[in-house]
Amino acid sequence: MKEARLSKKHAGVESVERRLFLKQSLSIGALSLLAGCEITSDERVQQVLEGMSQWNDRVQGWLFDPKKLAPEYPESMITRPFPFNGYYPESQVRVIDETDYKLELGGMIKERKPWRLPELYALPQVSQVTRLICVEGWSAIGKWSGVRLSEFLQRVGANLSAGYVGFNCGDDYYSSIDMATALHPQTILVFRYADQILPPRYGFPMRLRMPTKLGFKNPKHIKEIFVANDNPGGYWEDKGYNWFSGN
Amino acid sequence: MANWVKVHPLVVRITHWINVLAVLMMVASGWRIYNAAPLFESFTFPDELTLGGWLAGALQWHFAAMWLLAVNGLVYVVYGIASGHFRSRLLPISPRAVLHDVAQALRGKLTHEDLSVYNAAQRAAYLALVILFVVLILSGLAIWKPVQLQELAALMGGYEGARLLHFFAMALVVLIVIVHVVMVALVPRTFPTMITGRLRRSP
Repeated sequence: MKEARLSKKHAGVESVERRLFLKQSLSIGALSLLAGCEITSDERVQQVLEGMSQWNDRVQGWLFDPKKLAPEYPESMITRPFPFNGYYPESQVRVIDETDYKLELGGMIKERKPWRLPELYALPQVSQVTRLICVEGWSAIGKWSGVRLSEFLQRVGANLSAGYVGFNCGDDYYSSIDMATALHPQTILVFRYADQILPPRYGFPMRLRMPTKLGFKNPKHIKEIFVANDNPGGYWEDKGYNWFSGN
Repeated sequence: MANWVKVHPLVVRITHWINVLAVLMMVASGWRIYNAAPLFESFTFPDELTLGGWLAGALQWHFAAMWLLAVNGLVYVVYGIASGHFRSRLLPISPRAVLHDVAQALRGKLTHEDLSVYNAAQRAAYLALVILFVVLILSGLAIWKPVQLQELAALMGGYEGARLLHFFAMALVVLIVIVHVVMVALVPRTFPTMITGRLRRSP
């Protein structure tokens, strides 16, 4: 009798204990997660995260195999319509006037005379059907044609042992890549999408396309190419996106 | 004189709690990354449960915490194999024993007297977690490096296949973790043993 009552009491204590434990573990979980958005803006946390991002740049540099080609796909697998993407909505796509267009060159390049579109179109052209992967996670297959960046850099006498190639664009976008990726055979300056002159939404008159990096590393409406030994950064990169962003 | 029984080895306890931290960071930041381009259009995670504040912040957390998860997981697996911990605690395991113990647990009849001996349901859950973490790391690598590691990605149906696999492996881990936490809440004396490693022997 006494024992039965005791064990009943004990069971009661245990269920209170359980409820307390559940409550505590739930609130600890909720707290730590709620703190998440605050935690990220903390200065020391931000330093650690940025340090790790730079470490990941180095790791990706080691992982990058200059001879490894991204998979190519049959034209039947092309994504239609190919999605528009940019830091502004599609209604604000910049329309570049081709008669005024000049590609400027700068930095560690010997022959820095500007290039007109017909001269660029006359360069040896290659095509690729590759998957563009967006930093957001989605991907789409498209067909791109143009000149290899390595071919262009050699022709203008760029210092190929420099660290970086930077791009400034007609839509005020800017970005930069490592020299190893710039010299990769699938890294091309694009003039055509799906065998047609590049429409404004895909970056008329010239954009960069490389399947070895995420989509935002492929700037559109390029108006200047320069070679440098200091990392020029980029529009999204300077806001916290990983600089190397290799695939 | 209190009579103490050793339940969990030190390495298991340390790696367990580091893993809790790493998994919380990976899951919460991963949910934010998922929300940027949902695999299933009608399903997104509540922003309040995510980490990073925006996509770039979530990516920074995810790609920093992945090192903690991987290095800690490696220590656990090497220890588990080398010390015989896996063999003595997680094996043997048979489908029949797992079904029996899960049925007992659902009826509230599963006894758990000696905490140093895992029942078949626990063995199955912990082994599944080890395998799921390997799947998560491999599919995560395939998503991160679908060109450099394209052979690995091809095994999973390419980049998009790896994304699906990564998502479902995460979902299973979260499910098992929820069950695990509920079980701890139902048998609260298991909680302090994961910190101290020992348990007072019942008289």
